Amino acid sequence: MKKKTNGFLWLTATPFFVLIIGFLFLPFIAMIISSFKKNGEAGFSLFNYTEVFTNKFYLQAIGNSVLISFTASLIGILVAVFVAYSFTKFSPKVQERLLLLANMTSNFAGVPLAFAYIVLLGTSGLFTILFNELSIGFLQGFNLYSWFGLVIIYIYFQIPLAIMLLYPIYLGIEKRWKEAATLLGASPLQFWLKIGIPFILPGIAGTFSILFANAMGAYATAYALVGSNFNLLPIRIGALISGDIFAQPELGSALAVFLGVSMIIALLINEWLMRLVRRDLA
Amino acid sequence: MKENMRTHKIIVTITFLYLFIPLLATFLYSLSTTWNKTILPEGLTLKWFVDLYNDPRFIDALWRTIQLTGGTMIVSILIMVPAIFAITVYAPKYEKWLQTIVLFPYAMPGVVAAVGLLSIYSKSGIPMVIVLAGSYFVLILPFMYQGVRNSLRTVNAKTLVEAAELLGASRSTAFWKVIVPNITPGIMVSSLLSFSVLFGEFVLANILVGGSFETIQIYLYRRLRESGHLSSAIVVSYFLLLLVLSWIMVRFSRRGTLKLKKKEPIV
Repeated sequence: MKKKTNGFLWLTATPFFVLIIGFLFLPFIAMIISSFKKNGEAGFSLFNYTEVFTNKFYLQAIGNSVLISFTASLIGILVAVFVAYSFTKFSPKVQERLLLLANMTSNFAGVPLAFAYIVLLGTSGLFTILFNELSIGFLQGFNLYSWFGLVIIYIYFQIPLAIMLLYPIYLGIEKRWKEAATLLGASPLQFWLKIGIPFILPGIAGTFSILFANAMGAYATAYALVGSNFNLLPIRIGALISGDIFAQPELGSALAVFLGVSMIIALLINEWLMRLVRRDLA
Repeated sequence: MKENMRTHKIIVTITFLYLFIPLLATFLYSLSTTWNKTILPEGLTLKWFVDLYNDPRFIDALWRTIQLTGGTMIVSILIMVPAIFAITVYAPKYEKWLQTIVLFPYAMPGVVAAVGLLSIYSKSGIPMVIVLAGSYFVLILPFMYQGVRNSLRTVNAKTLVEAAELLGASRSTAFWKVIVPNITPGIMVSSLLSFSVLFGEFVLANILVGGSFETIQIYLYRRLRESGHLSSAIVVSYFLLLLVLSWIMVRFSRRGTLKLKKKEPIV
């Protein structure tokens, strides 16, 4: 009896884990090892890491990535906090449709999204022409291929994601709580300040960490917009490993390890905060 | 109360207006003759779509993408579904491990995964297309796992298998004849989701194979600077495909055993 079970288990699990090891764990380990090697030398060294944390160029890339991800995630979540709440006010059938639409637009990212924004706000974009015709002062000088432009695009792909992640958290606020609070004489404002907001706050913070990680790792959008010209962390990594002349895979590995570690921290923070929400629910 | 509802309607309308404007603009752009000086397009035409579908390079790229994603999907389904089933039902104590492993791909954005894959396979002699397919296997793992596990739970796989075995079925018979037919709708949904993820994948494809295996996303990237109208025709076609896929997904999830449940946060 036992043997038979094991046979089926082994037969199915072996190829599964072989692929996971081969394409997930081994590359990950190889990357870590490579990050501790100096280009062309045997033996281990911390050279790449000292380079990453002392070279102004790489520090700038990290700083830029953090700044842009933080800004876009913050604005994204501020918008989504209201929109997701509005979602919950519709009938279940409409809610399902709204979520489907949000899900669909969240697929709109990367190269196609960058392109759509070129059509809208590029040098001869639709809105650019409109702004010029209408002579709307401060919008006339808008440049999509700038930091501001990049933040605008990042916000676009953060909003639907934030809505979809926040929506279930709002569903956790039960009508009964509100009724009980009202019966006890609380105004809507008091309800939100004392019960609503404290309840959803960990969820909002957790969602923020996911948005942040999502923006930190985003490569395609910025790459499609201006190639390797922006000094962003993912773009630098890509250039270091695939550039023909300037390829420095070891240095790229160190940057990638740094990025991977910061993602894992962001996701762990989310795990922890979500557990807080769930504990409150239980 | 009424007044309140109006506010929510306005908020939702503005949000979707904002989210759909880039799409609408791209759509209009793909249908216009020239549109770089005037506020509205100078004329409408289907020329760009005709051009696109007559471009052998586009057809080749599309075909490559279908082969790559289709092939990866088939192999992934054949390997993942039995393995996830066997672990959930026969070795539940290892499930926790599996759940942790499945989270890994989330922590590894495309660029990071590409660094690792290049450092291990770039000089190994294994064709990079195969490496790309392998990385896609890992990429869709979280979606497939979630889908398969939810379906197994909804159909009460453990009880079903026990019943089948009591009636004399072997482990593999129980799996193929009892479990598979019951979880097919759920697998379909997560497969379609995975398919749309792979179809839109650019980072890994660009870094691992680049121009040597031009997928639809790489084709789009390279066309971007050449012809805006043609590019918008690609984007529109791509989005229409996504639309059809999500429509099918909703259909399947309604009809099948897998009900559209409250979405848990992805991570």
